[in-house]
Amino acid sequence: MIALLLGLLGFTLVVQLRTTSTDPTAAATRQEDLVRIFSDLDSREKRLRQDIEALEESQRQLRSGEQGRQAALEEATRRADELGILAGTLPARGPGLSVRFEAGAKPISAYRVLDAVQELRGAGAEAMQISGGDGAAVRIIASTYFLDGAGGELVVDGRRLSGPFTITVIGDPTTMATALKIPGGVAASVAGDGGNVIVEDREVAEVSALHAPVKLEHARPVS
Amino acid sequence: MIAVLALLAGVVLGVYLDPTVPAALQPYLPIAVVAALDAVFGGVRAKLDRIFDDKQFVVSFISNVLVAGLIVYLGDQLGVGGQLSTGVVVVLGVRIFGNVAAIRRHLFRA
Repeated sequence: MIALLLGLLGFTLVVQLRTTSTDPTAAATRQEDLVRIFSDLDSREKRLRQDIEALEESQRQLRSGEQGRQAALEEATRRADELGILAGTLPARGPGLSVRFEAGAKPISAYRVLDAVQELRGAGAEAMQISGGDGAAVRIIASTYFLDGAGGELVVDGRRLSGPFTITVIGDPTTMATALKIPGGVAASVAGDGGNVIVEDREVAEVSALHAPVKLEHARPVS
Repeated sequence: MIAVLALLAGVVLGVYLDPTVPAALQPYLPIAVVAALDAVFGGVRAKLDRIFDDKQFVVSFISNVLVAGLIVYLGDQLGVGGQLSTGVVVVLGVRIFGNVAAIRRHLFRA
């Protein structure tokens, strides 16, 4: 009987020790402790949930801020591209014309070329370049000037171009062609001098000559 | 001698079988073990005092375990199970200490 009881004691002792060591948290814990642990976990979860919400909120804010920045950046890039084409610092391509001036008895005068450029601008030209017979090209921008050179040459922005000259222009081809060919217009004037103006439609006109950007010394942007 | 062998056999059996304690027994098992330990130490002390009685040991062992279990059960029903089992463990611990002290005096004369 004693042996049986002691055997039982040894058995239960080991079982209890094992239970406590294998699962020290939940199974061997009393109900009150479990309730306390549970409520601790509950409030901890609540705190963490609040943290998550706050972090998600800040993530949202950062994301929308980033989107705004991205949109501003895209807009600025677009404007910079447009301004670069206008200022002649970026190459451009698009539908347009190729206008070739062939001299007759008299050389093509700077006045005629300037006339043609004005006419094209009036017809909505967006980017222009003029190239000489040897292929040298000069971008035509707002400040470009044309002078008569010696021997039928043309001085454009300080560069000497020899004939025949070709103006490559991007814009609406029909409007510009019409503008050049109106009675008493550029084509008629050149023809009157004995020369010839050949206007060709170009599906893709390449204006690749660049104008070096001018460093402004005096003018400053307002605002 | 047989008692010690039986204790070891129980330990080996517990290690070997490794059973899980039923949930209903879980609050009572630790208290029952402590109560049984108290009875065992009391028995050892009686043995050394040469007043060991088989029947008394068996009765004290069983009654110790049952009373301890009953107290914890009652405490659980009253909602003070935790505190009451602490109290039972303290009382039994004091008794075990007293018995161990008596055994020590017997064995080492100190």
